[in-house]
Amino acid sequence: MGSDAVRGAKVMPMKTSVLTLVTALCFSAPALAQIDLAGHWAVRQHEDWAARGPGPEVVDYLGLPITDEARERALAYSTSALSIPERQCLYYPPHYNALGPFGLEIWADIDPNSGRVVAWNIGGFIDKAINTIWMDDRPHPGPNALRTFSGFATGRWEGNTLVAYMTHYKEGFLRRNGVPTSDQTTMTMYITRHGDMLTMLEVIEDPVYLTEPFLVSRNWQLDPTANMTRVSAPCVPEAELPELKGEGTVPHYLPGKNPFVGEMTKLYGLPVEAVLGGAETMYPEYRKKMLEPYQPPKSCTRYCCGWGGAPGRTAPNLECITGGTGRVNER
Amino acid sequence: MKFVAITAVAWLVAVPLFAQGRGAGPTPSTPPQAAKMAAPVDLTGYWVSVITEDWRWRMVMPPKGDYQSVPITADAKRVADAWDPVRDESIGEQCRAYGAAGIMRLPTRLRVSWLDDNTLKVETDAGMQTRLLHFGSWKRDGRPTWQGDSIATWELPRRPGGADNAAEEAQPKFGSLKVVTTNMRPGYLRKNGVPYSAKTELTEYWDLYRGRNGEQWLVVSTAVEDTAYLQVPWLTSPNFRKEPDGSKWDPTPCAARR
Repeated sequence: MGSDAVRGAKVMPMKTSVLTLVTALCFSAPALAQIDLAGHWAVRQHEDWAARGPGPEVVDYLGLPITDEARERALAYSTSALSIPERQCLYYPPHYNALGPFGLEIWADIDPNSGRVVAWNIGGFIDKAINTIWMDDRPHPGPNALRTFSGFATGRWEGNTLVAYMTHYKEGFLRRNGVPTSDQTTMTMYITRHGDMLTMLEVIEDPVYLTEPFLVSRNWQLDPTANMTRVSAPCVPEAELPELKGEGTVPHYLPGKNPFVGEMTKLYGLPVEAVLGGAETMYPEYRKKMLEPYQPPKSCTRYCCGWGGAPGRTAPNLECITGGTGRVNER
Repeated sequence: MKFVAITAVAWLVAVPLFAQGRGAGPTPSTPPQAAKMAAPVDLTGYWVSVITEDWRWRMVMPPKGDYQSVPITADAKRVADAWDPVRDESIGEQCRAYGAAGIMRLPTRLRVSWLDDNTLKVETDAGMQTRLLHFGSWKRDGRPTWQGDSIATWELPRRPGGADNAAEEAQPKFGSLKVVTTNMRPGYLRKNGVPYSAKTELTEYWDLYRGRNGEQWLVVSTAVEDTAYLQVPWLTSPNFRKEPDGSKWDPTPCAARR
């Protein structure tokens, strides 16, 4: 009894201290993560809904600081090119984290020995690769290293913001109507959490197709029921259109032959020179330049709905006019 | 003894977690530090909107009845469908799209300066508006205005490597400006009459980001809550780029029709 009592007297403080230490370290876990970004983040398409959901107009380069080469390449692009088997499984580039309509799952990879965060990951969900942001100061690959769909990113904390710098990703679209980004593109992501709201700013730089950085920022809300998937479903290419089954056919428009150049002028009264974009269109001075040539349509006739979420999430009796393909959530 | 030591170490690590707000901060006998002195980031200077998002709804007048991307209610739709900019101008209401819940998404330049140690002044050249962001114990002054009453606080991060508060450092390097605005006159979220009501509460987080080439970007993460005209909070995040000077500052009065 005596020895048990002695043993007990020795063991109890140790148990207590371990418990205390574990409790304390659990409470102090954000020290390793700075702020916890992990979870399922539901997208809020309160900006650019049509461009992110149904898709942009065929020739809409408004607000894009593109080079002449980017513009020419975009004008040569036909969305039908995505129907050829070789292109059906192309992923969107990493900057579609913000440009796309997707929610996010974010999680950390933890070193099992140190407990430190080795990397943060942003899930792929649909048609996009997982983006891993390494937090262990590893160097970026050399300039000629392989480009991948996920790219290579390193991160650091600046206060409560995770700053990630991404390189080495494949060429893709800045806007999914064919405005290109090259494989020289780099992106800095600033991911900031304020309570249950997440904001991501992407600063995209491309020495080939952009004359100055392109900015886009979006918001998400924490939603444990969002059930975002980490990986995109497997893609199986299939020759769906008979005319595209032959080898060597790539839908395109020859220079000067894109029939949609004037479509936004017809639909929205916007001058063609604005629609074709350029850095000038991003700044307030351009608004003043637009005052004379721009005549707004008398009423909205296309995609007018408030918040284009799933049917039933728009205001009651609010039409969502889809421009010739029918109406969603009709009166 | 070992127990005491381990416990002490553990709580040294953990306890600062509970020191919310400004961390250890000033002692009770010390007057609170003025917001200007406590600023973790310098937001003053000239900023220009970078309009890469919602271009057709911000850079030009959208058509009547276009409420795209805004989670409006049926009541809001009725108001928006009755929008009449000529009438607005005729009754002196041409600034409805320039109130606090709408102004930051308009193409504009901002001139940010300290009015006094606890008031940050934000001027816009579009519509020539002035927002006053009040820190400390400022009390609202009653009458609703376009820019409403804005209460500001600095939100400081925890210090890396410990559950501590950055306010304990001599001068924190990072942090957000949180602004909550109420008591606004009813106005428009967009120039084409998409409304917000007098019940609106606007919450903003102003975050300053530094680019790789020395650029400075300002993102204002914004939640507009309006039980009358919005089904859910409207979340947006307008972007601004720092300008070296005010050479492009171009004050222009409110306009309802363009």
